[in-house]
Amino acid sequence: MAPHTPQRSSRPGKAVARLGRLTMVGYVARRLLQSVGVLLGVSVIVFGLVHLTGDPTRLLLPLEAREEDVRQMRTLLGLDDPLYVQYLRFVSRAVRGDFGLSFKHQLPALTLIFQTLPATLQLTAAGLTLALVVAVPAGILAALKRNSLIDAVCSVGVLLGQAMPVYWLGLLLIMVFAVGLGWFPAAGRDGWTSLVLPATALGAFSMARIARMARSGMLEVLAQDYVRTARAAGIRTFVVTYKYALKNAAIPLVTIIGLEFGILLGGAVITETIFAWPGVGRLAVDAIFSRDYPLVQAIVAVLATTFVVINLVIDLVYTYLDPRIVYVRSAK
Amino acid sequence: MSMVADVRAPVVTRPRRRLSFRAVFGFTVLLVMGGSAVLAPQLAPWDPARQMLMKRLRPPMWQERGLREHPLGTDHLGRDILSRILHGGRISLGVGLVAVTLSALIGVTLGLLAGFFGGRADAFIMRVVDVFLAIPYILLAMGVVFALGPSLVNVILVMGATRWVQFARIVRADVLSIREREFVAGARARGNRPLRLLLRHVLPNALTPIIVVATLELAFMIIYESALSFLGLGVQPPTPTWGWMLSDGRNYVATAWWLATLPGLAIMLTVLAVNLLGDWLRDTLDPRLKV
Repeated sequence: MAPHTPQRSSRPGKAVARLGRLTMVGYVARRLLQSVGVLLGVSVIVFGLVHLTGDPTRLLLPLEAREEDVRQMRTLLGLDDPLYVQYLRFVSRAVRGDFGLSFKHQLPALTLIFQTLPATLQLTAAGLTLALVVAVPAGILAALKRNSLIDAVCSVGVLLGQAMPVYWLGLLLIMVFAVGLGWFPAAGRDGWTSLVLPATALGAFSMARIARMARSGMLEVLAQDYVRTARAAGIRTFVVTYKYALKNAAIPLVTIIGLEFGILLGGAVITETIFAWPGVGRLAVDAIFSRDYPLVQAIVAVLATTFVVINLVIDLVYTYLDPRIVYVRSAK
Repeated sequence: MSMVADVRAPVVTRPRRRLSFRAVFGFTVLLVMGGSAVLAPQLAPWDPARQMLMKRLRPPMWQERGLREHPLGTDHLGRDILSRILHGGRISLGVGLVAVTLSALIGVTLGLLAGFFGGRADAFIMRVVDVFLAIPYILLAMGVVFALGPSLVNVILVMGATRWVQFARIVRADVLSIREREFVAGARARGNRPLRLLLRHVLPNALTPIIVVATLELAFMIIYESALSFLGLGVQPPTPTWGWMLSDGRNYVATAWWLATLPGLAIMLTVLAVNLLGDWLRDTLDPRLKV
């Protein structure tokens, strides 16, 4: 990392600019290729999921299926072909968005997913927003007033938030705010009031993690030389805090949002089950229990793709905001 | 309360004193939880599976209608909650420990190989890591457990096989810097073979992050196990698990608060204790560690 920084600053001008553009293009290309590779890996696992027990026909058919149905299904699915032929067929169909029909609903799996995905995205977005809105100011405040009462309250909150399983928190919220106080509905998706409890349950864990990172990031930045210099130069504390420190503390936060989004998508599976939220997570749980394997495959594939795409976008935005990262990474 | 005395103390002592309080708290809770899990058959006042339908849905003893012989009440089948929580701890902690060991074995091995040999092995392993990060692990676990059938062994295997990524990433990052150090070059110059170099010289120096990650992952695995149980894909009844008890309690949130609240409290306390211990270990062993 270190050797490249001086080189960059000692040779300013066109050459470096051109080098920068080239590596930027190279970096974007490589990052795209990487994402395709990851998605290929995902496809192997999704394909393997159905072949786990050896003979997928048993998984794909209802338990009470007759022997001749099983045989017919085998030929229909082309299960007598070599495994790699089956895999290639699976991938070439999946790329075109064809994961087959859902057994239970008798509809294309992808259609079902696109019907429920908005609800899930709404829930995860609400959870993430809530987490950010509470956690970032709380973490920064805790760092600025280190060892104060606010800091103590924050760290207790962080510890509890990280230790409370989402399914338990969800039940507690239902018990207190739906059954006890009757403020919000306990289940369903009907207006913004029904969003409050599931979003809180889902966002709590991320809230704790983000608050913790915001606090430690801010403390780290506040200890930097340039902050001290700015203070020594007589710049007001308010300006130093918000203009100098905060901006730099924000950078690592941007990257974790991508990872956090993946955690939230996973958490949505459980949250949606508890609150009867009509999203992809509930669809998935339902599909697993009704042995609807094409639908399970499609859901895993779509959620993984969403995660990969979001992280790709965040990475690219990130390198745009802080171009040094491109030089460093592509120099390796 | 006695904050005044601390004001003039050097900056270093303060965090240390607070951390050791955390450690003591974490240790104590974990010791109580672990001890009561190990001794559950001796401590539990009742057989956890015994149904007493005459005494269904009794609240904890401090509430009206509570019974002294059921300190934490009974569930919808008249089973003793305290006994079930004690026995459930065996599953939660036991499965958690084994699953963490398994995922550490996989993750540390792959992380060592990726970090030490670099090049194509590294690129390949890290792409596999990316794949596992992209797939919602809970869905993958549910799909696999459902296909293979929910059993103790399958649950542990799935949990270990989906969480090794955490170990692989941190070990790789650490090994990347360790392999450039002089003592590794020295050991290599003395003619040590790669495998010996890896196991005798690199691995021991990468232990700190492994221990810290293992502790934090244990907390995660406890939540993970109860989540699978909660969804009905964990260790099957009649073995009581905390997650299963919670999902039983779901239907009684309006009438019997203790059914879902108490096992959840057990999960939270255990996870909290393990997390505190993990934080303390990190701050003590290597404060710069980003886990």
